[in-house]
Amino acid sequence: MPTARTRRRRRIPAALLAPAVLGLAFLILPLAGLLARAPWSELPARLAEPAMLDALRLSLVTATAATALSLLFGVPIAWLLARGDFPGRSLLRALVTVPLVLPPVVGGVALLLVFGRNGIVGSWLHDRFDLTIPFTTTAVVLAMTFVSMPFLIVSVEGALRGADTRFEEAAATLGAGRWTAFTHVTLPMIAPGVLAGAVLCWARALGEFGATITFAGNFPGRTQTMPLAVYLALQTDMEAAIVLSLLLLAVSVIVLASLRDRWTATP
Amino acid sequence: MRTGPAFATAALMLTGLTACGGTDDADATLTVFAAASLTEAVTEIGEQFEAEHDGVTVEFNFAASSDLAAQITEGAPADVFASADEANMDKVVDAGAADAPETFALNQLVIAVPAGNPENVTGLADLDGLDFAACAPEVPCGTAAQTAADASGTDLTPVTYEADVKSTLQKLLLGEVDAALVYRTDAIAAADAVDAVEFPESAAAVNTYPITALDEAPETDLADQFTAYVLGEDAQAILETAGFQQP
Amino acid sequence: MDGHPVNPEPHPQQGLDAHLVVVRGTNPKRGNESATDDSDRSTHRRNASRDDQTFRLDLRLRVEPGETVALLGPNGAGKTTALRALAGLEPLSDGGIILDGALLDRPRNSTGTGTGNNSANTRDRWVPPEHRRIGVVFQDYLLFPHLNALDNVAFGPRRRGTGRAEARGLAADRLARVGLADFAKRRPSQLSGGQAQRVALARALATDPALLLLDEPLAALDARTRLDTRVELHRHLAGHAGAAVLVTHDPVDALMLADRLIVIEDGRAVQEGDAEAVTARPRTDYIARLVGLNLYRGTASGRTVVLESGTVLATAEPLDGPAFAAFAPSAVALFRDEPDGSPRNTWRASVSGVHRHGDHLRVQLDGPLRAAADVTPAAAAHLALAPGRDVWAAVKATEIRAYPA
Repeated sequence: MPTARTRRRRRIPAALLAPAVLGLAFLILPLAGLLARAPWSELPARLAEPAMLDALRLSLVTATAATALSLLFGVPIAWLLARGDFPGRSLLRALVTVPLVLPPVVGGVALLLVFGRNGIVGSWLHDRFDLTIPFTTTAVVLAMTFVSMPFLIVSVEGALRGADTRFEEAAATLGAGRWTAFTHVTLPMIAPGVLAGAVLCWARALGEFGATITFAGNFPGRTQTMPLAVYLALQTDMEAAIVLSLLLLAVSVIVLASLRDRWTATP
Repeated sequence: MRTGPAFATAALMLTGLTACGGTDDADATLTVFAAASLTEAVTEIGEQFEAEHDGVTVEFNFAASSDLAAQITEGAPADVFASADEANMDKVVDAGAADAPETFALNQLVIAVPAGNPENVTGLADLDGLDFAACAPEVPCGTAAQTAADASGTDLTPVTYEADVKSTLQKLLLGEVDAALVYRTDAIAAADAVDAVEFPESAAAVNTYPITALDEAPETDLADQFTAYVLGEDAQAILETAGFQQP
Repeated sequence: MDGHPVNPEPHPQQGLDAHLVVVRGTNPKRGNESATDDSDRSTHRRNASRDDQTFRLDLRLRVEPGETVALLGPNGAGKTTALRALAGLEPLSDGGIILDGALLDRPRNSTGTGTGNNSANTRDRWVPPEHRRIGVVFQDYLLFPHLNALDNVAFGPRRRGTGRAEARGLAADRLARVGLADFAKRRPSQLSGGQAQRVALARALATDPALLLLDEPLAALDARTRLDTRVELHRHLAGHAGAAVLVTHDPVDALMLADRLIVIEDGRAVQEGDAEAVTARPRTDYIARLVGLNLYRGTASGRTVVLESGTVLATAEPLDGPAFAAFAPSAVALFRDEPDGSPRNTWRASVSGVHRHGDHLRVQLDGPLRAAADVTPAAAAHLALAPGRDVWAAVKATEIRAYPA
């Protein structure tokens, strides 16, 4: 009886457990569905197809580049939003999250309107430097950055708001200017938040489809990322599509899991 | 005309019975799955069909033929399937969801160029050196483009292989490419912004549009009527205006 | 280490010379509002509830090199604000700060009216905190959690241009001086409260600051650790060549660590002097309470003081004019019946509270003279002391100190 009681007391409340389990089932079952439909016997042969490896390599490279760009620009934006003191800050914060709600295809069209051959910036680049962005790998990276950077910004801004600014004051009294205080104190302290943001950002970039196919088009080896390859494979060959999806999933899970282990393994 | 299995006949009888005892086809809804390239024409045909059949509502699901075929074989409740190619229709037939599809329209590729044809494109060979868009080989319009290119003996590489014909045309409309290989119907639909340049090699890659009533159609009777209507004179006129050719 | 502003005067005055005026509340505070610590935040709150408009700190402060001055006062008195102004974490509204002859902060058109603008671009002189030769020990230390003890201490020297290896060596030396040589590799989360406090002190001293600022340096420690750390801190303060300003609300800290005390209430100094002077002759209820004295204000004439309540106290020393009268709780004797004989101050009182105070009992008395009295447990039992009980209280004239107000 006592054991039963202690066990009952330790039990997770059903009001939390039930929706948690249902939610997990909802998240995991589609994956199980993919696994069940996968042509396991043909898997090795299919994985060795050069087109597939091209798409995978391109996806990994562009998603990583997009994450790097997002860090480069997103962290300062997050800092402005969290610490800046200027009129229109809440409007700016709302604008920054626009790519989150904008259908990615619309985002792709919007990017074309700016960076396309006839776009405001694109036409200038074209006339001045003979540079064309659409249908290039650069376009893929830009499309990914556009849709995934908000994830990083929101995450880092949250971390910055949660960070105690008095540590920056302490750094100042020890001779650190604002920039040094930021790089040597604030940034290391919010590293978990930055990492979480970067992981979200990378994952979103990896799965990015709509903006990419609209802005960068689809060209094998140059702009055809995994999601594009999966989508086109679906037109003719569902099994190929499933293999591609599983490959994308496996690679991302491995990368994210190993990152997490390395970064969160602090003493 | 129909040689469907016994259960389909039974279903037909059942609906016939309810129709007799009920309100004579009143308030029936016909669900048509049609290829995206048929959007404008088939919508118009559907409206006419509704006008001629009291109480009938025609609902559409326009998408890529391959998506529709997958939905149908997975059991989506559709009455009629109109595909943009035979391959996807074959999938549905092979899955046992339909039989005896009939061709109701043909479509051919053209080279769509901006209105006024600034680059003076007259044939496939002129695309060399231009940025142009085509459909990906995985989708019907891409297969057609491939066949036409092979027929011309030219080795043409577009800057992008788009996932469907609409987005291929969209790239031209946005000014990102100088030309796009699209169906004549798509070029005609966008006639105010683009010109269609016919080219002989497209004859080698004529796209065939088959239609069929589905065996498990909830409205078998209406499905047959609609299929017949699409093959009839009125509907064919609409299709021709849209740029399709008669079979 | 001599990166501070060069002073044109041939013989700059050493030490700290400051007139700190900080006014806030009239215009909505922005930006660095969030940068205030707990006690400071409670300052804002108190002031907001007490007076919705303004808080004004107005404090003159002179600290010699090697001297430690304690700012003692209740929460919300403005101690932390003063310290933050000295550190450059908050701009002055008026007045100025001079450290070792170098002007650190002076608002433009400093008039002494204290209505100055707080923004940094309307100033004659503004040296940001990173360019002030200061060291700060924060109330909860604010050790950088991502750095070990050694790198925390080396942080200051590194920022001031010392090479990595040299800074680490210097830091190791500083840690050894506070007895933490073996803890160099520990993260702050792996240190006890007392150890963290010592690392914070080592970090603040590592840059050889001309001015050391300590904000409630012992407040976060438990009673036992506090005792040891206080002794330790006293030793380091004695060895510090620069000026030091200590902010505390604990009179024991102030008395033991500082050479001189400044008592602040509501943003201004109410009493100043060495420990003896302040404790012997408190001038406010706050100090009297802190040092455990009964304090009254009145008018002296000869050997009597007429209190504001009308009660007359007999004293031993003659005095004339406005005066304070003070006596210790232990000087109060309690009786069941009216005592007779000798020139005593006696009055009828009722007990309003009794609680333990060390090895005796402290009795709160109501009546013509509100006072605290200390009695032994035996005496309390004999008198059957309990709230509501009426007793006679008596204080000898020689036990009452009277001094000019």
